[in-house]
Amino acid sequence: MPTMNMLQAINNALDIAMAEDEKVICFGEDVGVFGGVFRATSHLQEKYGKARCFNTPLVEQGIIGFANGLAAQGSVPVAEIQFADYIFPAFDQIVNETAKFRYRSGDLFNVGGLTIRTPYGGGISGGLYHSQSPEAYFTHTPGLKVVVPRNPYQAKGLLLAAIRDPDPVLFLEPKRLYRAAVGDVPEEDYQLPIGEAEIVKEGSDITLVGWGAQMEVIGKAAELAEEQGISCEVIDLRSLLPWDEDTVAESVLKTGRLIVSHEAPLTGGFAGEIAATIQERCFLYLESPISRVTGLDTPFPLVLEKEYLPDHLKIFEAIRESVNF
Amino acid sequence: MTQYVHQPLFLTGDEFTIDTFSLLDPEGELYEGASEPALERDHARRLYQAMLATRILDERMLAAQRQGRLSFYMQCTGEEAAVVGATAALNDADMIMAQYREQGALMYRGFSIDEFMNQLFGNELDYGKGRQMPIHYGSRKLHYMTISSPLATQIPQATGYAYGQKLAGDGHCTLTFFGEGAASEGDFHAALNMASVHQVPVIFFCRNNGYAISTPSTEQFAADGIAPRAFGYHMHVIRVDGNDALAVFEATTQARKIAVEKNQPVLIEAMSYRLAAHSSSDDPSGYRSKEEEEIWRAKDPLLRLQKWLVKKGWWSEEEEAAQQESLRREVLDTLKRAEKRPPPPLDSLISDVYADVTPALQRQLDQLKRHIRRYPDAYPKGAKSLDLDVDTATDSQGDA
Ligand SMILES: Cc1ncc(C[n+]2csc(CCOP(=O)(O)OP(=O)(O)O)c2C)c(N)n1
Repeated sequence: MPTMNMLQAINNALDIAMAEDEKVICFGEDVGVFGGVFRATSHLQEKYGKARCFNTPLVEQGIIGFANGLAAQGSVPVAEIQFADYIFPAFDQIVNETAKFRYRSGDLFNVGGLTIRTPYGGGISGGLYHSQSPEAYFTHTPGLKVVVPRNPYQAKGLLLAAIRDPDPVLFLEPKRLYRAAVGDVPEEDYQLPIGEAEIVKEGSDITLVGWGAQMEVIGKAAELAEEQGISCEVIDLRSLLPWDEDTVAESVLKTGRLIVSHEAPLTGGFAGEIAATIQERCFLYLESPISRVTGLDTPFPLVLEKEYLPDHLKIFEAIRESVNF
Repeated sequence: MTQYVHQPLFLTGDEFTIDTFSLLDPEGELYEGASEPALERDHARRLYQAMLATRILDERMLAAQRQGRLSFYMQCTGEEAAVVGATAALNDADMIMAQYREQGALMYRGFSIDEFMNQLFGNELDYGKGRQMPIHYGSRKLHYMTISSPLATQIPQATGYAYGQKLAGDGHCTLTFFGEGAASEGDFHAALNMASVHQVPVIFFCRNNGYAISTPSTEQFAADGIAPRAFGYHMHVIRVDGNDALAVFEATTQARKIAVEKNQPVLIEAMSYRLAAHSSSDDPSGYRSKEEEEIWRAKDPLLRLQKWLVKKGWWSEEEEAAQQESLRREVLDTLKRAEKRPPPPLDSLISDVYADVTPALQRQLDQLKRHIRRYPDAYPKGAKSLDLDVDTATDSQGDA
């Protein structure tokens, strides 16, 4: 099995999807000859021509509006937004149009073919405007699917699933891991299910939940805890909308404890949604309060990025507090 | 009055092409028929010196970035005449809302090398408190709005700011810089429309440098550049040679007159070239040729203005050499000082989110402080401003 980094896995998935179905079309800022600023679309224009892989003018609302129309026509657009921080000019097109196309037309029209790919997250010295994790804005939007891979294997399988999914998918790529995450990736076509969490590690004392880049940090915290004899069950949600309540609830029924961690600010973050749901479903089984380890309720800083980010030590402390509650 | 025609008549705009206003030829001679702008000796020297200082700062800081002393840098190289020439035509108290590649404007207005360095290194003296990437400068004193990375957002803001200036009746205007790439954003169109409808003293200054990262302008727009868009908004427009500081100065001087005397917006399109990479993270060899770059290198805006100044006896080779030498030294000395300065204090993580720190933010900071006291080595920057011996109970909130 070849090893790939996350960018190669994404590129490989796009290549497979474009080869299989000529309706698949990739576009976005700098996506053409250059292959995107992170090179996720490298060589696709060379292989599939300018009509199917191209640079757009610099206008995110245009990119997604165009993609909506194209998807409604029956094509399968994979639109890249260069950084998740710059998705907001397209917010209206995504939350009012992409997400509501099928519902408002009584299923006369839909944009199910649409996939929006965008790099998100911090830890890359990007400061205020190259580090945000905007998933929560979108998980509040019925009609969208929101997917976040944590490694190359997932990136390929989930992206292929997203492109073929009958609903529009927002695919958030942890850019800190683009080159850092390397692993075995099957050469052939495969899909991973959207809407199903993955139990990364079984354990009995506490459940740790996260997604994307945060999984690496959670994994490290779990190792620290294991050294202290605390057994952690680690769950990667993989998709946030819809999210796999059952897997998390079953785990918490077993462990009695839950920590959710994400980089985005605490207030209104997706961890709050998970905490509320699990509290409803597992109330009598909880042995300590569900806790959230997240970014601060501030914009993303630069110099004090390390202090801001929820890291393995902060999660480890939260584990200790939970277990000693 | 409506004119009727009785055969279908489609227009494409090819009927109009917009000429480029240029005063100096590449040898620094005035073109035939061109007249020198009203630019006095000291003013002309200030303009040139700011261009030169910008070039040197950029060279040195790119080198520093390559040595790993700086995470990121963006150069103005090739566009100094456009940026500094426009700024020199303004009143120093006019507002500037830039995109990010316009350090020349700050240089002209007297931002010190120290001030540049403090932002570049995000140290405790950085006005932006180490929150933004290098080159996102801001100066209230110099009427230069702090840079925001999301492109084009400053353009409608400039319209609004200038409308306020009109109401205040203080005789000032706002100039906003943006690239030909950013001019594709919806914000650009909204800004021009509102400015012309509301008769606002704003100058929209497009730096058409041929590329938006890797995207050539031929893939950015189909028409004859950005300038013709002004017609649709019923707005004054001029296209100018962006490598000719004198022409940019003259065009902007007259645009400013229109803006402040008539309260009308003006669009300026400066034709130039981004000689450097998009940023220190970019490698242009993947999308354009060395030959193309060389053609533009031969049109260096610094050289052109310098030749003109020397001919007038307003500048000399000796001055050039001395200035270069002292600037290089100043940049290096200042750099060494700035990179050693401590980071902003930990408390700056939660300040300026709101006018006053909210109780929730204070709780989050207190919790963070307790955590860092437990693991000071893991957070060397944060630990620096903490008294590690302080009992955690002195924080405003007990254990969470
Ligand atoms: C809304 C938004 N989308 C994308 C980006 C990423 N980005 C930063 S600079 C840039 C290219 C800008 O090109 P142009 O406006 O022509 O200015 P130049 O860099 O050539 O000076 C892009 C796409 C951004 N900063 N903001």
